[in-house]
Amino acid sequence: MLESIDTSMIDWSRAQFALTAMYHWLFVPLTLGLAVIMGLMETLYVVTGNEFWKRTVKFWMKLFGINFAVGVATGLILEFQFGTNWSNYSWFVGDIFGAPLAIEGIVAFFMEATFIAVMFFGWDKVSKKFHLASTWLTGLGATFSAWWILVANSWMQYPVGMTFNPETVRNEMTSFAAVAFSPVAVMKFIHTVLSCWMVGAVFVIGVSAWYLLRKREKEFSLASMKVAAAIGLFATLVTAGSGDQSGVQVARLQPMKLAAMEGLYDGGHSQPLTLIGDIKVPKMLSVLATHSLDGYVPGINNILQGGYELPDGGVALSTVEKMHRGQQAIAALADFRQAKQEQDTVAMAHARQTLDENMPYFGYGYVKEPNDIVPSVGLMFWSFRVMVGLGMYFMAFFALILFLSWKHQLSKVDWLYPIAVASIPLAYIASQAGWIVAEVGRQPWAIQDMLPVNAAISKLEAGSVQTTFFIFLILFTVLLIAEIGILLRAVKQGPGEH
Amino acid sequence: MLKRAVRDIWRFYRDGFRSMTLGKTLWALILIKLFILFFVLKLFFFPSFLGGKSDAEKGRYVGTELVGRGIHH
Repeated sequence: MLESIDTSMIDWSRAQFALTAMYHWLFVPLTLGLAVIMGLMETLYVVTGNEFWKRTVKFWMKLFGINFAVGVATGLILEFQFGTNWSNYSWFVGDIFGAPLAIEGIVAFFMEATFIAVMFFGWDKVSKKFHLASTWLTGLGATFSAWWILVANSWMQYPVGMTFNPETVRNEMTSFAAVAFSPVAVMKFIHTVLSCWMVGAVFVIGVSAWYLLRKREKEFSLASMKVAAAIGLFATLVTAGSGDQSGVQVARLQPMKLAAMEGLYDGGHSQPLTLIGDIKVPKMLSVLATHSLDGYVPGINNILQGGYELPDGGVALSTVEKMHRGQQAIAALADFRQAKQEQDTVAMAHARQTLDENMPYFGYGYVKEPNDIVPSVGLMFWSFRVMVGLGMYFMAFFALILFLSWKHQLSKVDWLYPIAVASIPLAYIASQAGWIVAEVGRQPWAIQDMLPVNAAISKLEAGSVQTTFFIFLILFTVLLIAEIGILLRAVKQGPGEH
Repeated sequence: MLKRAVRDIWRFYRDGFRSMTLGKTLWALILIKLFILFFVLKLFFFPSFLGGKSDAEKGRYVGTELVGRGIHH
């Protein structure tokens, strides 16, 4: 039966989902990042009464609006694809995945639709304080929206708060709090949202630097750069801190992801961190993964072979053993369904017990070879280094701009402006690289250990998915060109023309 | 009182949309995008595996798929 699923169709569906997600993620970071910068600038306007800040915030609001409008609904396509390309997955997780996404939809619709209108249409029509509240609430609505999306994503990385019901073939939520506030979701939210602030800060600094290069909008640009650099530095520090915590979680809950990120085949105690090539920092990987100098970090081969001690004191099963237990779980599901059809309650109870005992390994029943659970090591290794390397660069970048601003030297460093402009795409690359690490790293799982992509996929024709992939690619490219064109036109006009 | 509030909100949105300049281009972009994505693709390319089925039928369909795709030794 498994052979009847075309593997190229799985790859094309994954590529289509990745394309859509990456395209969607071009808009989200700027929305979240600009929202907080706009909020701070408008607060300065309300507190000081200085019209300069009103003019400044109105300009960034215009760019926010363009980005928001072009990006809106691109996330819906992902939900659409769950139903078409990943229908088994959608049913299997429905109750759990549906709840956060439904809340996200309601919150996004009511908060953003209400307050974004006041933010854009309400200047001089509502009080200053009400307008300020609307600006912050627009950003807060978008951030709440991100929270629920990240809760859903985190559940796929670390499924908790549910039980599998063989009668409905669905996972059913047993604890909303466990799903909504899982430690993985909390850390992912902090890491992701703060990294978005970083992207917004780089964007504001880059656009402002472009004006300074053109000898335009000097006061506006210097003030914008100062605010953005302060937010950017704070965001980068928190992103780094939450990244450290995420590393510990990944080491404990998704060790294969960490091993792939490091290209670590044979692990052990006191493992060094590979920077690039043969340049290593002694014991650093153990410190990052376990917060201990001699902590044990399993490599890819260790995970495949099992037998090492787990953080909870248990012994890791080999992948072959997990595959066997996964096959037992699937066979028990088949027995349960058969028994139910025959109304044999004793056989149903027996099958249910076997299923419950082996359910944590259910997904391994679809794994053909142990090596199939190893994600793309090269892509993981380099994506992680691109993300971290650029994160460190931005930390220095923001610190330098703040220092120059404090010393009143920011208007005299012409050499810095082209670097700042060129940094805009780097911020997006860092952000995308982060998602590659998170998502490629959990392959082949749609849901960690529970459902691999070859079981989650709908039985589609590869040709259909391939065709729609290219339609999406063309559409997204055209829309992106349109957005960049509209953005550039607005930037060229500048705040003076607003 | 309520009638007046509703009228004021209506006028607020109406005037806001009327005053949009760049917004009209963006609305056109959004509508074209939505049309292509949700109408054309849905209509021509993807069958709905679970659409039109009751919850029990969906469970049976996915159960059969998940059992059938398992590795059997």
